[in-house]
Amino acid sequence: MAAGLVRMVCGSFGPGPGPRGVALSSSTAAVAKAVSLSGLKPLPEKVKIVEVGPRDGLQNEKTIVPADVKIRLIDMLSEAGLPVIEATSFVSPKWVPQMADQEEVMRGIHRKPGVSYPVLTPNLKGYRAAVKAGAMEVAIFGAASELFSKRNINCSVEESLQRFEEVMSAAREEKVPVRGYVSCVLGCPYEGSVSPSRVAEVAQRLYSMGCYEVSLGDTVGVGTPGSMAAMLEAVMREVPVHALAVHCHDTYGQALANILVALQNGVSVIDASVAGLGGCPYAQGASGNVATEDVVYMLHGLSIHTGVDLPKLMDAGSYICRSLNRRTSSKVAQASCKL
Amino acid sequence: MGNVPNAVKHCLSYENLMGESFRLPSSFQEKKWPEVHKFPDFVKIVEVGPRDGLQNEKEMVPTEIKIQLIDMLSQTGLSVIEATSFVSSKWVMQMADHNEVLTGINKSPHVRYPVLTPNIQGFQAAVEAGAAEVAVFGSASETFSRKNINCSVEESMHRFEQVICAARQACIPVRGYVSCALGCPYEGQVHPAQVTKVAKRLHELGCYEVSLGDTTGMGTAGSMAAMLRAVMAEVPIHALAVHCHDTYGQALANILTALQMGVSVVDSSVAGLGGCPYAEGASGNVSTEDVVYMLHGLGIQTGVDLAKVIEAGDFICRALKRPTNSKVSQATSRSQPSFNMCE
Repeated sequence: MAAGLVRMVCGSFGPGPGPRGVALSSSTAAVAKAVSLSGLKPLPEKVKIVEVGPRDGLQNEKTIVPADVKIRLIDMLSEAGLPVIEATSFVSPKWVPQMADQEEVMRGIHRKPGVSYPVLTPNLKGYRAAVKAGAMEVAIFGAASELFSKRNINCSVEESLQRFEEVMSAAREEKVPVRGYVSCVLGCPYEGSVSPSRVAEVAQRLYSMGCYEVSLGDTVGVGTPGSMAAMLEAVMREVPVHALAVHCHDTYGQALANILVALQNGVSVIDASVAGLGGCPYAQGASGNVATEDVVYMLHGLSIHTGVDLPKLMDAGSYICRSLNRRTSSKVAQASCKL
Repeated sequence: MGNVPNAVKHCLSYENLMGESFRLPSSFQEKKWPEVHKFPDFVKIVEVGPRDGLQNEKEMVPTEIKIQLIDMLSQTGLSVIEATSFVSSKWVMQMADHNEVLTGINKSPHVRYPVLTPNIQGFQAAVEAGAAEVAVFGSASETFSRKNINCSVEESMHRFEQVICAARQACIPVRGYVSCALGCPYEGQVHPAQVTKVAKRLHELGCYEVSLGDTTGMGTAGSMAAMLRAVMAEVPIHALAVHCHDTYGQALANILTALQMGVSVVDSSVAGLGGCPYAEGASGNVSTEDVVYMLHGLGIQTGVDLAKVIEAGDFICRALKRPTNSKVSQATSRSQPSFNMCE
């Protein structure tokens, strides 16, 4: 059966080089098919949405957005009922010019009680600057792929984890919660397929280092419900499901199906980006982050509580799209038809 | 789906849709996933692009382009390609060339080419043009039936009965569609019992397969599961298909739900052809490319060569001068050449 699957799956694309050869290995597909249905739990009653639009979304938008627009966006998102809004990133502006106004944004936003505003801190220097600017929660980014780590942040996965140890130490002392991210959990733009056990290893390291939550990111959006289920099964052996989140990209249109499978496996924290902000840097013109509106629509249709007011969320999406002079990537927003 | 004029119709505002109309029946409140079957080993894709897709595109497509599209699709491994519609051209101008298309295509021996036949006249014209399979369209919503085909659901069933009788005599299989299976642009929520009633009737009349259509795309995994649970109690699962629209981005999640419940026939449209007539500028049919990508990722066989479907999609989009709605196609046409996960 395995050989047949290889022929079938790889036969759908030319096996040789070329821009359109994308397929799963047969063993992953076989395992995926088995696990997709085996461990289904009741769906969570509540899901926490982590809104990454102002950071991950805007960071991947070409148009530079002024600080006051970012602040207004974050304030609108706070009013929409989102419990966590990733506000900005304390990386060097020479790497990410969009986030150069990090301090101004942190100081300018209206912090709604009960809402967290985590910021990215790639190293101790960034962490210190973040705390000085008033950050009360931070996030660190690891990768499940060695090549991705080297090309993205110029160091190996192990070196990056050591940098994060410094951040963790400081954060622990100052009682600042830290969220961990793992990139490339379902595939890497350079290495291709990524083994679930490698993802589990990195996730486990971040969790045991002290991250209260680990968000598993399908960075290039190539994952499908099959590979999502297989990866989660491996990770859940090392990290308790309540500490896991999924961060799905919709580059291949698979995000909502992947999120559904994650929910069926007990995950109850979903990252999403208002208006689907943030294209994919690895496939020019293709979409990236899944749209928060579309996720919330699905969750509400499943009677899952999110605390999010969808019309207000859509208003925030319209606002930022007007500012960016671009069309929303949210299908719910596109479809909304006012009488 | 069905005979849909091009004009944007009156539709419910999203405030209505987001409100009470979306509460699930109480049987689903306990949030346990419905009884789950093993994923099917094989899923049959019913390609509706040349008919349902093109019918909902504003741009008139010349006959030779339609023929070339269908011929390209015939080479992809797809086993069912809905070729055209024998409706009056005064209602659906895009399908006015139904005779030329059906007689002009290069029919592959491995492919079936059903055509829409809303009534006995359409059926007779279809048979004369060489149709070997036909399809009829019912609706789970009374208002939609009246606005779409100008008659009640009951009256439409009488018309279909005539078609199915004639088809039986001619040994021509008939596929049934049920529109508005997860919601109606006029009535809002549609109760699963309404869908069951129409699906059961079509099946009992003689349709070998009934495709349940989320016409407005407003369905979610929750409403899909509730609807299927009701229909499966009356119609055998092997005779069911799902026809999901991606207007609200929910199609793949809805299809996944259907697969988990044992459905093994999925309708889709190459390049996601066919916008939504109820929400101007919004998308309609789910893209075949994106569906096949998901199915292959689950290890489910389809017999379809995804690269060839993408090519057919590229072809028709160039002809229509519009970008594809398929995310797989968008992503793979722009990814770095070195990105190849095939082992």
